[in-house]
Amino acid sequence: MAKNYQQDFGSVITSRTSFIDEIINLARKSSIFYLLFGLACCGIELMQTGGPRADIDRFGSVPRATPRQSDLMIVAGTLTYKMAERCRLLYEQMAEPKYVISMGSCASCGGLFQYAYSVCKGVDKLVPVDIYVPGCPPRPEALTEGLLRVQDKIVRERWFSERQQIGQTRPGLGVDYKVTA
Amino acid sequence: MTFEEIHQRLAAKFGERIGALAPAKTDPSTVVPAAEIVGICRFLKDDPDLAFDCLMNLSSVDWPKKNQIEIVYHLWSYSKRHSFILKCQLDRAKPVIASIESVWKAADWLEREQYDLMGVAFTGHPDLRRIMMPDDWIGHPLRKDYAEQPQWHNITTTRDNSLEGYVRLDEFRKKAAEAAAAEAPAKKEVLQ
Repeated sequence: MAKNYQQDFGSVITSRTSFIDEIINLARKSSIFYLLFGLACCGIELMQTGGPRADIDRFGSVPRATPRQSDLMIVAGTLTYKMAERCRLLYEQMAEPKYVISMGSCASCGGLFQYAYSVCKGVDKLVPVDIYVPGCPPRPEALTEGLLRVQDKIVRERWFSERQQIGQTRPGLGVDYKVTA
Repeated sequence: MTFEEIHQRLAAKFGERIGALAPAKTDPSTVVPAAEIVGICRFLKDDPDLAFDCLMNLSSVDWPKKNQIEIVYHLWSYSKRHSFILKCQLDRAKPVIASIESVWKAADWLEREQYDLMGVAFTGHPDLRRIMMPDDWIGHPLRKDYAEQPQWHNITTTRDNSLEGYVRLDEFRKKAAEAAAAEAPAKKEVLQ
């Protein structure tokens, strides 16, 4: 197998710490704190999603009132140009790693109001969007589904294992080592 | 008081400068000189018989062919239960009019809106800033000849149609069938 890797990619996964990744990701996916960022009628559905019926608290997701404590920004509603700058500022204030859900048609592409003079045609023109939730506005179930898709994304991330080039010299504990197949 | 009575009252006070009462489909209106708008509004508010204590709406209309921007004042009196409509005609190239914020406080944001969307400058306004668009926006969106800038602060103002370039399957089949039908007689001719 190692030979195959060498032929195909010239690289190999050398780390044995994927177990730690899984532990970390389990903790991260179960504590996605989202930023309260309701801009229009989608904000009402966002509140409902945090309410007792949909209750995304059971996935460990609770609202935060400040971007500095948030992992996820749910852009809920029509984004105007005046708000666009604030939206970018809030995104930049969030600590990495951060995720963005574009909730509803308006946030995704301008929606019903995309021909209006004051409406920004999609939040993805300012910040990178991970999940688009369609709907006008989306039901709490739909937003919950969006949150679960963010969790899927988090679970796939790797923090300690990395793909290394064969023959590359890497710094080790005191001694540098050469990556072998 | 009826519209006609209010108009007569206004004409008695300001004379020839008050325009004739224009009949309209809903409410008649009258054109007044823009230079005297503050005095006229003050009179309409302070006169005990007229007592217009409420500025219901302040809007504007763009007339590119007439080269005019028309400011429309909708007035309402709560105590007398009557209404009136004033209009001022301004030059479209440089629309300037005195602010009536000193008469009715409600004019503050309404005038800011007209300044933002139509580009009318209100002299004497305490805080004349844009209200709906960002401060550094270029152009006035409700003018008839408004052309949107391609981008603002690196945000493009248009969005590509993601369905462009795609063909509906039924239309595609229809076209294919038509093409086949057009080709079939041509082939027959070749065979003959």
